[in-house]
Amino acid sequence: MKLGKLLSSPRDFWFWTTLCIAALFIVFLVYPLFSLFTSSFVDPETGGFTLTHYAQFFKKRYYYRALLNSMSVTACVTVLAVLIGAPMAYLTSAFQIRGKRMVDVLIIVSMLSPPFIGAYSWILLGGRSGVITTFVSEYFGMQMPTIYGFTGILLVLTLKLYPFVYLYVSGALKSIDVSLSEAAESLGCDPIKKVFTIILPLVTPTVLAGGLLVFMNALADFGTPMLIGEGFVVMPVLIYSEFVSEMGGQANFAAALAALMVVLTCLIFLGQKYVVNKKSFTMSALRPMKPTTLAPVPSALAHVFIYGLVFLSIIPQLTVIYTSFMKVNGVVFTSGYSLDSYRIIFDKLGTAITNTYLYGLAAILIIVLLGMFIAYLATRRRNLITSVIDTFTMFPYIIPGSVLGITLLLAFNKPPIVLSGTAMIIILAFVVRRLPYTLRSSAAILYQISPSVEEASISLGCSPMKTFFKVTAIMMLPGVMAGAILSWITVINELSASVILYTGGTRTMSVSIYTEVIRASYGTAAALSSILTLTTIVSLMIFFKLTGGKELAL
Amino acid sequence: MSVSIHVENVVKQYGPVTIIPDLSVDIRNGEFFTLLGPSGCGKTTLLRMIAGFNSIEAGTIRFDEQVINAIPAHKRNIGMVFQNYAIFPHLTVRKNVEYGLQFREVSKAEIATRVDDILKTVRIEEYQERLPERLSGGQQQRVALARAIVVHPSVLLMDEPLSNLDAKLRVEMRGAIRDIQKKVGITTVYVTHDQEEALCISDRIAVMREGVIQQIGAPQAIYARPANIFVATFIGHSNLFKATLAGGELRFTPGYACNMGGQVRPDANEGQVVAGVRPEEFHLSDSATGLAARIVKTTFLGRYVNYELAFADAVLLPDQAAIEFSQDIGTAKKVFEPGETIHLEVNPEKINVFAEDGTSLMRGAVS
Repeated sequence: MKLGKLLSSPRDFWFWTTLCIAALFIVFLVYPLFSLFTSSFVDPETGGFTLTHYAQFFKKRYYYRALLNSMSVTACVTVLAVLIGAPMAYLTSAFQIRGKRMVDVLIIVSMLSPPFIGAYSWILLGGRSGVITTFVSEYFGMQMPTIYGFTGILLVLTLKLYPFVYLYVSGALKSIDVSLSEAAESLGCDPIKKVFTIILPLVTPTVLAGGLLVFMNALADFGTPMLIGEGFVVMPVLIYSEFVSEMGGQANFAAALAALMVVLTCLIFLGQKYVVNKKSFTMSALRPMKPTTLAPVPSALAHVFIYGLVFLSIIPQLTVIYTSFMKVNGVVFTSGYSLDSYRIIFDKLGTAITNTYLYGLAAILIIVLLGMFIAYLATRRRNLITSVIDTFTMFPYIIPGSVLGITLLLAFNKPPIVLSGTAMIIILAFVVRRLPYTLRSSAAILYQISPSVEEASISLGCSPMKTFFKVTAIMMLPGVMAGAILSWITVINELSASVILYTGGTRTMSVSIYTEVIRASYGTAAALSSILTLTTIVSLMIFFKLTGGKELAL
Repeated sequence: MSVSIHVENVVKQYGPVTIIPDLSVDIRNGEFFTLLGPSGCGKTTLLRMIAGFNSIEAGTIRFDEQVINAIPAHKRNIGMVFQNYAIFPHLTVRKNVEYGLQFREVSKAEIATRVDDILKTVRIEEYQERLPERLSGGQQQRVALARAIVVHPSVLLMDEPLSNLDAKLRVEMRGAIRDIQKKVGITTVYVTHDQEEALCISDRIAVMREGVIQQIGAPQAIYARPANIFVATFIGHSNLFKATLAGGELRFTPGYACNMGGQVRPDANEGQVVAGVRPEEFHLSDSATGLAARIVKTTFLGRYVNYELAFADAVLLPDQAAIEFSQDIGTAKKVFEPGETIHLEVNPEKINVFAEDGTSLMRGAVS
């Protein structure tokens, strides 16, 4: 019936746009995923159907242990992130916390920085020859517990990902009308019981959504476990190393691993959706909660808790910026400060910097256009095809970056379409992975614009296409731009897909940081990271300017 | 147990702004007491001070003999109905109603009977297992009321509970609230800006303006003998005339005066006064005596006809929104058309006379 609606709809601008976008999706998302699944069943010798890749995975302890490792560390990260993020959100929303604005900004900066600088900063601090390790053993003669492996991944990912829960729950707390809390009190409920009987149940769906985001990110993260995991191998690292080592021949085993990941994340995603749908309810606050003053002692404790965490989360940035100004001799730090590292990267890695901005801008242009069109089609022209497209745009949320990298590479390294090694394929990965941010915020603002505004324009004789560009698009702009900046920030920090897709000429800053860290050239890595962090902060400031200081919608 | 509420010299300030300068009022045990006034008059502020959600800067509030200033809201044993109902969206209707009982020493069995009873009283039994999202505004209102009453609060506080309902439901619900309140006999403080609602629902009304109570009294008393011009124009409509008072006679024009009998206080200063005449306190003059007025607009409203008037002489106080005369259709001989001139006399038993500073000069006008 819905398809019938599309077929019978007028052959107007939107009809053709729908078809174009559907074609793009089939070529660049459906076809690659399809090739991923098919090649996971292909025998590299004979080219026939086989299940050996899957069998091999479940037979060898080395392989399936990666899955167990992934699950255990991801589960721990998720639980910890919720336990930190949710109480922190409640404290900053319900009570007066000094410097809340600064706290928010620092938390967002730590969340949006490149995923692996946390790992490598913590190695610089607590690794085998790290500053803290050396200090402790020299002055106290004690051995620091190792930061490599499970502990390190847990520490770094928790500190990086709890902001998701924090921001989500803060947003949900703002949508709770203060009268609900007052109603509980008027009925005789004391403030502590109130948190558990009213506030917590009301934000539970949001906590679950934030938890899912943490889970997906932790599961998909490649840079952190690669750098700090060492013997503790997780799935993305396994996929990467299998893929890289197999690159000479066929990549079928890596494809099977990637396919497993896709199935797994889909299941988790659907499970979470089911639970949240059962529990969700709509709320809107006429009078949101106002922060009240805490008694001196609890207030001091709350401040220590919050400042302590923010400090821990921002340490990687501070370390990176500090080390980028240290004097280097080759790759070894010597005493004193200099701009050597910056000089070296501009000499040797200048293309990485220009590549990042060029590819990033190209990707953002495409993201903005697609995001606006798809958001419009999905909200205003609902039919079978637009609904399917809308669902498909959720995929990047659940496909780990390295899996997407392999997927695209497998699909586009042979005719009919050969893109491997080009800038195109990196831009493509950026677009697919980061489109959802812009799409979400574009759709959100469209829901707030009354369709009658467009109808008014059309009734005055303006064609639907002209109406879109002259009226709707302009009204959507604030939402689109807010999303686009988030897309931009995450694009320039993208590593896990580009590390699989890059070649010498198409490396980006994140890739270069990664390779510099691998070859232990920490000075140059730090300088590159500082540039990236600076870009991120400037972009964030533009974001806050545009949205009038509103919170991030992820 | 229901209590009386004694508000003594309370002050409310937000920073440098004083919302309530010095307010005292006694609310009797079991009565339905309404705080009525335009928005920003401090009525909700006062209610929230009684509830414990607003601090009290000075003065005291007592429930019977107990000063409650320092008692936190959750220990005051109040029942509150919020403007937006504040139904907990994650709990079913029944769980919402049960919610407050878990903080009181009530047995499981008693909780069940009390909840059953109250659900029956407010007529929402059949929805008890539903989530609030799927309830209409009126049903949510009933849940909110049930939830507040079921805990047997000392006082029931209602903050504009009907303002989010449509007109028909509002009339229905105010009847229901009134009936339920009488049935459980609980001291109720009700806040509204709707004077019609206040008149039909209350035992007594306090009319507020800028943080000061203008008049406290039964609905009929306030309507019949408003304490000042503000109350006369805020509750119902009053047409204000310039007049002179001399020897018990109220003169509107050289050609028209009426004898006030003993209605005006004997100690009232004579001279320039303001006469407040409600639309229904006019009647058509048989002859050409009285006040000559031209019909500007005729509005037929079924039971009566409302006329907007323009008076020939400069008898009116300036800057009045509308000058109205309402003609009871049951006794009307003719409906007038715009442009016609009529002669009106006033009913000296009913009209009110105010001093130039706005205070009433009538016997029985108690503020």
